Amino acid sequence: MAEFTLPQMSKVKKGKHYAAKPGAKKVRTFRVYRWDPDVGGNPRLDSYEVDVTGSAMVLDVLLKIKNEIDPTLTLRRSCREGVCGSCAMNIDGENTLACTKGLDELPAGDVSVYPLPHMPVVKDLVPDLTHFYAQYASIKPWLQTQSSPGAHERLQSPEDRKKLDGLYECILCACCSTACPSYWWNPDRFLGPAILLQAYRWIVDSRDEATGERLDHLDDPFRLYRCHTIMNCTNTCPKGLNPAKAIAGIKQMLVNRTV
Amino acid sequence: MSAYPGQDGLRNPLKVARGDGASGTGTRHWWLQRVTAVALVPLSIWFVFLIGGLMHATYPVVLASIAQPVHAIFLIILSVCLFWHGALGLQVIIEDYVHTRWIEVTLQIALRFGAILGAVACVMAVLSVWLTGTGYY
Repeated sequence: MAEFTLPQMSKVKKGKHYAAKPGAKKVRTFRVYRWDPDVGGNPRLDSYEVDVTGSAMVLDVLLKIKNEIDPTLTLRRSCREGVCGSCAMNIDGENTLACTKGLDELPAGDVSVYPLPHMPVVKDLVPDLTHFYAQYASIKPWLQTQSSPGAHERLQSPEDRKKLDGLYECILCACCSTACPSYWWNPDRFLGPAILLQAYRWIVDSRDEATGERLDHLDDPFRLYRCHTIMNCTNTCPKGLNPAKAIAGIKQMLVNRTV
Repeated sequence: MSAYPGQDGLRNPLKVARGDGASGTGTRHWWLQRVTAVALVPLSIWFVFLIGGLMHATYPVVLASIAQPVHAIFLIILSVCLFWHGALGLQVIIEDYVHTRWIEVTLQIALRFGAILGAVACVMAVLSVWLTGTGYY
């Protein structure tokens, strides 16, 4: 059955408290999820009082904690400008990128920082995305053709190119998939919004000749139809994309060739 | 939830993600759920008005109203759509939340028999009133 309570080992305990350093001007408390596989046990919530002077984004604060307060804090980050998707995490209850989430966007009070929901945790804020990436590979995210290559590139009209707008921008940060209740309950078989958006990106590509096979691959009660248009994906996408619309597009194409 | 995918040290994660492949079903279910939903919109509104009009009516008047061919036909269509749509919806809930295989399959079978039972009972009830005018065979 679905689990409606957290497993005993996933219950988050109270952790350490790091008080603000003397002389701190603008103090804000960050409550951060911590779990270390080397120590084991239950995860805990450490609270850090941080002087946020000069910090604009949540990632700035997390790096400040790591650099100046607690070097054991583990997180992924790379581009610090919202194009790599590494620092996806749950900030104040919303999946987003720490690097593009401004402190001024958050409601007043303590800020809670958790890893992406319902994923196995590698350490602290780092989730295991192995299965997510394997699901991405399973949709064959590359151009597939039957016709032999011509003398020049495979061309595309500006109108057809426009169909990829709102799809190609996806950075696979997994914010949407891990915000989706359907993905929480059936991650083993449901592909989730991110992967379905990526699948649609190739389905609507005018140069791709495997459209039918791609639709065949998704025509399944679990792979595609676990989506019940809950819309958490679209609400949470830090890039402002609309995975729910892409999924609706896939369903429409499947119905069109069935009915 | 089943054992979390991607945690098996020997199988390639892609093997796990690809699983047993796509079943090639689901689209018809999705379509029928919407078709029955659309059908239920006017039928439900009509039903509310029908019941509203019979609010303080006597038993023979109610029987006579149901026995009108148009009312009887719409009631039969309403019954079938209602149980069909309900079964399609409950099927999804079971697929979503029930992960113990034998419970899942048992519920799916019970649901189908239950829905057919309910629909047949409703249709029989309407037919008996329509054809005999009394509600008794």
